[in-house]
Amino acid sequence: MKKILDVSKLKKIYHTNKEEIFALKDINFDVFQGEFISIVGPSGCGKSTILSILCNLIDKSSGNISLYNGNKIAYMLQNDSLLPFMNVLDNCLIGLKIKGPIKNSDKEYVINLLKKYGLADFIYKYPDSLSGGMRQRCALIRTLAIKPDILLLDEAMSALDYQSRLKIGEDIYKIIKNEKKTAIMVTHDIGEAISMSDRVIVLSKRPAIVKNIYDIKFENLSTPINNRKDICFSKYFDTIWRDLNE
Amino acid sequence: MNDYSYEHINYLKKIKWNNFFVLITRLFIIILFLSLWELFARTGFINTFLYSSPSIIIKTLYRLSITGELLKHLNITLFELTISFFLSTILGITIATIFWSCNFIHKVFDPYITVLNSLPKVALGPLIIIWFGASTNSIIFMSLLISVFITIINVYHGFNSTNENYITMIKSFGATKWQVFRYVVFPSNINNIISTLKINISMNLIGIIMGELLVSKKGIGYLIMYGSQVFNIDLVITCIFILGIISYIMYYLINKISR
Repeated sequence: MKKILDVSKLKKIYHTNKEEIFALKDINFDVFQGEFISIVGPSGCGKSTILSILCNLIDKSSGNISLYNGNKIAYMLQNDSLLPFMNVLDNCLIGLKIKGPIKNSDKEYVINLLKKYGLADFIYKYPDSLSGGMRQRCALIRTLAIKPDILLLDEAMSALDYQSRLKIGEDIYKIIKNEKKTAIMVTHDIGEAISMSDRVIVLSKRPAIVKNIYDIKFENLSTPINNRKDICFSKYFDTIWRDLNE
Repeated sequence: MNDYSYEHINYLKKIKWNNFFVLITRLFIIILFLSLWELFARTGFINTFLYSSPSIIIKTLYRLSITGELLKHLNITLFELTISFFLSTILGITIATIFWSCNFIHKVFDPYITVLNSLPKVALGPLIIIWFGASTNSIIFMSLLISVFITIINVYHGFNSTNENYITMIKSFGATKWQVFRYVVFPSNINNIISTLKINISMNLIGIIMGELLVSKKGIGYLIMYGSQVFNIDLVITCIFILGIISYIMYYLINKISR
């Protein structure tokens, strides 16, 4: 497998008037093409900070991020953030619009994605007519529209109730695998991380370092919901749970 | 379209009736008020020299319109109102945009704007007339002063409280500051801007009338001043009635445009 991203000695300090907060102390990991990676850690440990640095929303304090052969990164937020004053298609095209005039081929690509993933009847509707799951899919398609190689998912499903979470986790997983993307997901849900990922990175509490990286291997690799029934699932769950509570 | 259930049709009917009832009650109140006023005036219960009466107002209105005086003064007031409304809107939104885009400038000017906004502008009236002359310029300037600071404050506040998630989302695609403004901040603030315009139009009208009262050359405000000086209460009340109609029409127009 080709290595496409390498993060080494990543450090982040936040400065406020009163204090400086050491968020990330020493973060090292690499990502291979087509992998699904999850990052878990105690709340407030700086999981999301890693993603924000990776997509240039904030600056790192020091360290190195190498992105091999011009791979593109796109970010999917916790909140779907669909703009209420634009229709679904325009919402999905917004990332492309930022980059310049939209080519017809790009537009077709997005329309095809919308059709492929159950939003065919909503292309020209406004986001308020979408259900929670549809909104999430729409947000994912907006992220896919710029044809990124790596997707960053920041608690992408945490705003939803448990049942929808499982369902949409399933959807998102399938779409990402279908489109052959690499994904890095931040979550506080251990089960979600294990059931969806090839590797799980466990962070320590703040200032965060990488505590452990687990290769997840199931007896019968399937979709996230089925993976939860795998005998290895609870084994991983226990180990990571212990890791987090040490 | 007509596949609604019996209950739903009933529900719609009920809403229709409700709206109709509101309208009827409104009309009833104004008719009651006007007829009592007229009745009291005719029976000598109130002194028409001091309180006028609806029929006298209509007569005054008629007299003013056939002599062409009404149109002349109304035109001037409306002209001044339009100019100052557009100027303060454009100026206010532009300055708010500059404030939003450059935090340094906002921090520097924020206290000045706050002080200028709370300063009673009528106190500046005499100064403005000395500096700009007793002319339309002074009146428009005064109206501008009254409305522009509140526009800046309201619009800036709206820009600044745009949903952070939207901004993060678009920034993650690498949007520039201008693109953040164009695709997210401005369109999310359309409603806020329209409600600011609604406040603006009445602020501008206050400014214009105040200016006309002070400058006292032409316009509805001048007519009110003139009327009070020659103790022509009919004229004063007629002018106030006209102002009421102007505000209603302006409000109606902005509502229409905002839809």
